[in-house]
Amino acid sequence: MAGFLPKSGAESTGYRGLVGPLLLPTWVMVGVFLVIPVALMAIYSFLTKEFRGGVIWDFTLAAYDQFFFNRGLFGDEPPSIEWTYIAIFWRSVWQAGVATLLCLAVGFPTAWFIATRPAAQRGVWLFLVTVPYWVNLLIRTVSLKFLLRDNGPLNGSLMSLGLIDGPLPLVNTDLAVQLGLFYSYLPFMVLPIYAAVERYNFALSEAAADLYASRWVTLREIVLPVVRPGIVAGCILVFVPSLGAFLAPDLLGGAKTFMIGSLIDEQFKGSQGNWPFGAAVSMILMTLVMIVLILYARAQAKAERRS
Amino acid sequence: MKHLLATTALILAAGSAHAEGKLSLYHWFEYIPQELLDKFAAEYGVEVTLDTYDSNEAMLAALKAGKLGQYDLAVPGDYMVEIMRVDGLLDSFTPAELPNFGNIAPEWVDVPFDPGREHSIPYQWGATAFSVNRDVYDGPIDSLGVIFTPPDALKGKINVLDSQGEVLALGSIFLGIPQCSTDRAQLQALNDMLLAAKPDWASFGSDTAKDVLVSGDAAAGMIYNGFSAKARAEGANVEYAWPKEGYVVWMDNVVLLKDAPNRDNALKFMNFLLEPENAAAVTNYAAYAAGVTGVEPFLDEAIRTSPENNPPEGARKGQFVQACDEASQKMYDAIWTNLKK
Repeated sequence: MAGFLPKSGAESTGYRGLVGPLLLPTWVMVGVFLVIPVALMAIYSFLTKEFRGGVIWDFTLAAYDQFFFNRGLFGDEPPSIEWTYIAIFWRSVWQAGVATLLCLAVGFPTAWFIATRPAAQRGVWLFLVTVPYWVNLLIRTVSLKFLLRDNGPLNGSLMSLGLIDGPLPLVNTDLAVQLGLFYSYLPFMVLPIYAAVERYNFALSEAAADLYASRWVTLREIVLPVVRPGIVAGCILVFVPSLGAFLAPDLLGGAKTFMIGSLIDEQFKGSQGNWPFGAAVSMILMTLVMIVLILYARAQAKAERRS
Repeated sequence: MKHLLATTALILAAGSAHAEGKLSLYHWFEYIPQELLDKFAAEYGVEVTLDTYDSNEAMLAALKAGKLGQYDLAVPGDYMVEIMRVDGLLDSFTPAELPNFGNIAPEWVDVPFDPGREHSIPYQWGATAFSVNRDVYDGPIDSLGVIFTPPDALKGKINVLDSQGEVLALGSIFLGIPQCSTDRAQLQALNDMLLAAKPDWASFGSDTAKDVLVSGDAAAGMIYNGFSAKARAEGANVEYAWPKEGYVVWMDNVVLLKDAPNRDNALKFMNFLLEPENAAAVTNYAAYAAGVTGVEPFLDEAIRTSPENNPPEGARKGQFVQACDEASQKMYDAIWTNLKK
């Protein structure tokens, strides 16, 4: 995401000898909070499952085998491709994708609105966007369930207005999960887009209008390319955590089907847990996210070279 | 001056209590009334510390990760007693060390997870079956079929526990097959029956099992009997079922941990908990049943007569969820994953 950072000025020479020591905290951060945990996870994913939780230090590919190959309910059929976990991944990607689009649809206009207020007001609006997020995620998710349930206020008011006869089935649906994710991560969309729009030079829009560009053309040809980094950053910030979320799927979706997050969660709780498999699913998820981010970084670099 | 004296006396009293020793409990959250701990501390002059956990597995993991030797007593569920016993995490005692051993209700002395009670005493027990909302459904509820082959009125309005052990055990009881079976036909039948039932279920939830009944999100749900009693107390018109096929029972037990730092005080506390008055105090707080004889005079009226705590005449005996061996557990894991995929 280095692409979003403003280009640094002329390289400073005064600190040259100190670069190593000054970077030390960064390396410690990266090492302690990134490299070591990920390495542990990678190692665990190749260990043997201990019955009732834990691992035995024997290296095996069993966890990855379980992910990719189906050997039947009793484990003795010839292996075929295991669709169970692929389906769970696909479901999670779909839910996270819809949530991201919902966030974009609401977040972009919101960010635009805030960025176009007088400078003195913007702080207040940004503050208002973040206020709900002072409340714990769990409580917000449960509250959303209260709103959506069959005899909750939403269905109640729709029915009293005569718009519907019976309650809409909202809880325990995919829509509820998507709404939950949308509500959980909306500020992660608003804030980066706001930062991008704020830097947008509105004289460009005026210039486009002077040259007879329609509003649509202005948006597509001028505004979007300029604020694109903010949109992409927002999408990544919403999509990635949504992919691993398990609170919203469990509470709002009724936990009827596993999502990636709840599948991993299940492997580390209960006496039926399977730590190596949980670690393997985490590694596969992380690999997928990395691939998406690398593709994005390359596209970004290409775009920068063009411009 | 008077104030100063009183303070000094307090400090001295606290100091003397300290001198008598300590007791370190590892217990479920919100499962023992503070007054009872205070009563024990005052009677025996023991300083009681309480750490809590929220699942049997969390407790096991913590003990295995090095907390064994810090605690004297823990309160595992039935199957977890067996796991801990087999893993060698428990110390044993003789009935002679517990003067109140004879207060244990006879049916709970020789339990499958701790035959003859060498490591554990009953704490609370309860049944797990299901409840229905009588405003929605007024048909018979004498069969687990209400959950597994539901009547039309309940289709799509059922919550099941999000717990592999209970769901698969209740399913096995419904089909009349043993738990931890390795018989392929039986396992396949269980798998197929659950998959066929799932479309009629609205949600999986254990912590939420009561709330969905009270709020009306679900019209029927697998539930622990004490949880159902709370739903009724909160105004939901729910009736708890004692199915004819049988039901799951669970029992939490106070176990003496290996390497207990205060073994004597731990035994004192176990003996204390077997006093009918004290066992009743736990039941009045937790609203489950005690497994100790003679508690009735000390019980709150509402709990003594509650339909959730008193199986009807002729009700079948419940089954504990069995801890399977690794080979059969693997198949039950696969059935559960199949159900939730």
